[in-house]
Amino acid sequence: MTVAAQTAGQGPRAAARRLAGALHRRPRLRLALLLAAPLLWLAVLYLGSLSVLFVSAFWTTDSFTSQVVKVWSADNFHALFTTPVYRQVIGRSIGVALAVTALCVVIAFPVAFYTARVARPRWRPLLVVAILTPLWASYLVKVYAWRLILSQGGLADWMLKPLGLSGPGFGLPAAVLTLTYLWLPYMILPVHTALAQLPDNLLDASADLGARPGRTFGSVVVPMVLPSVAAGSIFTFSLSLGDYITVQIVGGKTQLIGNLVYSNIELDLPMAAALGTVPVVVIVLYLLAMRRTGALSSI
Amino acid sequence: MEGTAIRLQGLRKSFGQTAAVAGVDLEIRDGEFFSMLGPSGSGKTTVLRLIAGFETPSGGSVELAGRDVTRLAPFERDVHTVFQDYALFPHMTVEQNVAYGLKVRRVPKAERLVRARRALAEVRLEGYGRRRPSELSGGQRQRVALARALVGRPRVLLLDEPLGALDLKLREQMQIELKAIQREVGITFVFVTHDQEEALTMSDRIAVFHQGRIEQVGAPAEIYERPETEFVASFVGTSNLLRAESAQRILGSPGTYSVRPEKIRVLKESALADEPDVATATGTVAEVVYLGDATRFLVDLDAGGRLTALQQNLETSAEDVAAYRGTRVRLTWHRRHAVRVPDAR
Repeated sequence: MTVAAQTAGQGPRAAARRLAGALHRRPRLRLALLLAAPLLWLAVLYLGSLSVLFVSAFWTTDSFTSQVVKVWSADNFHALFTTPVYRQVIGRSIGVALAVTALCVVIAFPVAFYTARVARPRWRPLLVVAILTPLWASYLVKVYAWRLILSQGGLADWMLKPLGLSGPGFGLPAAVLTLTYLWLPYMILPVHTALAQLPDNLLDASADLGARPGRTFGSVVVPMVLPSVAAGSIFTFSLSLGDYITVQIVGGKTQLIGNLVYSNIELDLPMAAALGTVPVVVIVLYLLAMRRTGALSSI
Repeated sequence: MEGTAIRLQGLRKSFGQTAAVAGVDLEIRDGEFFSMLGPSGSGKTTVLRLIAGFETPSGGSVELAGRDVTRLAPFERDVHTVFQDYALFPHMTVEQNVAYGLKVRRVPKAERLVRARRALAEVRLEGYGRRRPSELSGGQRQRVALARALVGRPRVLLLDEPLGALDLKLREQMQIELKAIQREVGITFVFVTHDQEEALTMSDRIAVFHQGRIEQVGAPAEIYERPETEFVASFVGTSNLLRAESAQRILGSPGTYSVRPEKIRVLKESALADEPDVATATGTVAEVVYLGDATRFLVDLDAGGRLTALQQNLETSAEDVAAYRGTRVRLTWHRRHAVRVPDAR
């Protein structure tokens, strides 16, 4: 057999080799084939459903027949901005998301500082696992656990009793507290990683130049960890903004955007769609704001 | 220029069971360019970190300008450090990096800027103030680190292998610049390096470290020409030792002697060298290495042992050199160039 015949060859292996060679020579084709499936997924299932949501927000519902009328109108968005209840609920939802994020930062920083820099190095992986374990439990189980903790005569009441206080009961504070608990690992983890990767010699250099520990913390540690805090806040903020189950279980009568969407789905689908657009827009704005801190490159 | 900048007494530092620094006594004078030379793990960097205050000693004391600072934190010492990997703050501009020490010391903003710019000019980096460290080359980062440490005019500047990450050309250029800057500002420089050539070319005095101890302290010429221990003789310059048996036969007295390769002449075996002050030894050329400007001969001596001789290529060229391999030669050197090295402690 000649060399040419060997390389050209026949059978499936030779065909595979020819295909590999052809792809090697056409990097654009290779890229297109690689990206086709995920792009299709993104375009059709995600962006597609989002645009259907957005389009249907411009339709209206016939109040007698409860049928969707496919006539263009901006009434729903108009109602969003003018109806006091909607404005209140939107403001409350953003407030809850911000409060949860702020609480997560305040709690996560010392925890991450301990797990990344104070604890003995061989304990650190175990501590990280310990922080992650709540994520293995079901969301509902955790929220119901908090319902038990916060219920009248529950753990919170019992523990605060000696101080002459009682627990927060069910309501907005309870929802914020529970959401903080739920999303805390998403904040601790990036902050832990950033602190663990902080080079020791930067801290040495700061001290060497005359900075006391507090100064080093403020001028070196915090600015260098900030992008990761912002990255974590993207999780805590968007997860809180989209939540409607926790608030149903521990929030008492409190309503967030998610609850309004949920209750409108049966009655007025276009209004639900308009309400659903709000968190999407808010999160896009939040992402744009966070991009300036360099957070997106540290996710 | 008189006065003591640093005095170390009985300095020790152990990490667990291992003693990184095992008793160091040292005085460094004001305005001196002082090098701490040694292989990695010899304790030189640990001594530097003890002076800076990043580590606390297991024993002994550190004095800066006559003041005991052994128990003081780094920010309480009038010393600044240039780190091996520069340790520039990535979230600050070059100017902010340089001005950081001044800002921490509450120098007013206007003065801070003026001094930071002047420090950047000193290291020839005018106009780079607004860049980020990530936008600079290795050599430029190195100079920013230098400016940052110099701007506060500390009493002592510590440099931890600052040229280690640079390529050869840049390193040679920085050696000259560093020395020039030191002469200009007149600050005491303590320079840690494992590169003996670097230490020899830049320093006023050198301390050679070995296993957590100082083997010898002296001017470069002293260290090179009159090594006091076998370690110094072999670590600084090319190891070239004549030991008991062969020393007895060649030099007429037993003991360990060091002869620097460039002091040895390579002659034909038949050449006569009957002058009284000249030592001579015959042998066979085991290996010839052409170095461009010079040739290195490795000669197995008839009296036992091996010597390296370095000859300038005044007339020989690469082709001639190869023909030497395996030939018989006579090595000669002036007797005063064979330096008696005291036996190991």
